[in-house]
Amino acid sequence: MTVDSTLRRDGRAAADDLVGALAGPAAPERSRVLAALETVRDPELDEPITSLGFVASCTVSGGGDVSVRLRLPTYFCAPNFAFLMVADAYDAVSAVPGVARADIVLEDHFASDAINGGVAARAGFVDAFAGEAESDLDGLRVDFLRKAVMAGTHLVCRPLVADGMTPETLAGLSLGDVPPSPEVDRLRRRRIDLGLPAGDDAALLIDAATGDSVGAAAIPLHLRRARTTHVNIDANTSICRGMFAHRYVGAGSGGVADSVPADAD
Amino acid sequence: MYEKDGEKYFIVDSHMHYWNAAPDNWVPGAEQFAKGWIECFHAYQSLAPAETHWPIEKFQKYSEEDLMRDVFTDGYVDVAIFQPTYLKEWYTEGFNTTERNAALGEKYPGKFIVNTRWDPRDGEEGLKELRHNVERYGSKGVKLYTAEWKDGSRGWTLKDPEAYRYLEACQELGIKNIHVHKGPTIWPLDKDAFDVSDVDHAATDFPALNFIVEHVGLPRIEDFCFMATQEPNVYAGLSVVIGGLMHARPRFFAKVMGELLFWVGEDKMTFGSDYGIWEPKWQVEGFVDWDYPDGGEFSDYPRVNTASKKKMLGLNAARLYDIEVPAECRLNAGEGTPAAQDDAQLVEQV
Repeated sequence: MTVDSTLRRDGRAAADDLVGALAGPAAPERSRVLAALETVRDPELDEPITSLGFVASCTVSGGGDVSVRLRLPTYFCAPNFAFLMVADAYDAVSAVPGVARADIVLEDHFASDAINGGVAARAGFVDAFAGEAESDLDGLRVDFLRKAVMAGTHLVCRPLVADGMTPETLAGLSLGDVPPSPEVDRLRRRRIDLGLPAGDDAALLIDAATGDSVGAAAIPLHLRRARTTHVNIDANTSICRGMFAHRYVGAGSGGVADSVPADAD
Repeated sequence: MYEKDGEKYFIVDSHMHYWNAAPDNWVPGAEQFAKGWIECFHAYQSLAPAETHWPIEKFQKYSEEDLMRDVFTDGYVDVAIFQPTYLKEWYTEGFNTTERNAALGEKYPGKFIVNTRWDPRDGEEGLKELRHNVERYGSKGVKLYTAEWKDGSRGWTLKDPEAYRYLEACQELGIKNIHVHKGPTIWPLDKDAFDVSDVDHAATDFPALNFIVEHVGLPRIEDFCFMATQEPNVYAGLSVVIGGLMHARPRFFAKVMGELLFWVGEDKMTFGSDYGIWEPKWQVEGFVDWDYPDGGEFSDYPRVNTASKKKMLGLNAARLYDIEVPAECRLNAGEGTPAAQDDAQLVEQV
């Protein structure tokens, strides 16, 4: 799969935004680093790793060395997603002004060594799993961003449909026609991540792969699929949270989950 | 059989195990994987009611007595279908082999159906073993793990020509039911291990076989649903859905059930406890009592009634496996036909 060149990692983008807010090369405040980590999402659950409790600890030395420990719900969580989260955390933390060195360590995972080593060496997934993987993970990331767009479409459209809006009306709406809400903002961000139109005049309902607008006749099935995608993410997240709680009893204490607003994304 | 409010439910547990994951069965040098695997399974059990949780020692290796009591005496199950999982890289005698299951099957005639497995990468030897297992154990179904690594191969798909040879052999040998594991996996795959498009192809090309997608593709339920609605011979295996969500997250459970009932339909959903992860007792009791919670977000999902639950808890699987159902547990006239492919409607318009 060809990855759109506009695909970007949120962590880096958000960290770039912080540049102006800081003066000089002094070591960053821990809250800045946590804010950067908050932009890193579990691609499968479309939720920040901070609110999921995956950040076990985060320390910043006076010299600007940052050490982050990450942990996941199970020893066998899919290594491709794990790799993406560790790599994204590395990028996000490294981009915070004043960070001299970022050390990101995934703990308690069967592929910890391969993932940590690969990320620290700035190697891709293929090199980290030499002989065991054939392609890097941008395609996987794109697939899951598309799912996030579909799930977000459900959240934005459900109240409109509940208010009696017909497919014909929905087909004529652009993003700017929808009342502002966190759900709309989030949908726009996911569309931007994919290089899809996200401006006020962009159609509200588009095909998440092609960006083409969806015609009225196809809208009921499109929304039905969007809803199923949303339900899947919710169910999956609930299982992951349950497993995580079993593994790390009292998680949150010792972790940094409580120190950032939940669902801040 | 389970009886509630005068209704009799014939229970087929279509996905369960009898494993040994205790340290005495760990492959030297692979201990951390063997230990990590069973601890991961154990974490799933934490999603069940607290009074059904086991200590890890029992969970690693439960006894024959435990199984017979939990599944049949207390768990209401009439017929249980063993699904093997080998994992011989980590477990010396295998985690849960056809042979281990068959030993129980032979001891308790009529209680178990012993499924076997195959892997197209095993070539001629594998075909020979499949024939042997069918002759020896009377297997009418197989459990397949397409995401499994083997000797540098990064998994396989049902579309592979080698897999088609095995599917042809299944038809010839009288195996009707192909249970495909599309659920949580562990291998460092760079492709998406949950991809269900291969089931789509095989189901089209082998219309006489039934494809039961275990764990409904979780965590990719939507991909499974969009595929299953197009294939009359694709079924939804409910293991993990009921065990993992019904107690722990009832609202999400209701939504997942609503989606499956909409896209796949009650004639094509089969109960599996996934024992020893979860005991069947609480799952059967809870599911018979289950209905959607109040609230508008559930109002447009298909409704369920007693007949729906009878089908999902046993009658659909009984039909797939030609299990004789006592007259008192069958559906009344006008209540539909279990496992009916014709009733499955392709969802193209809503």
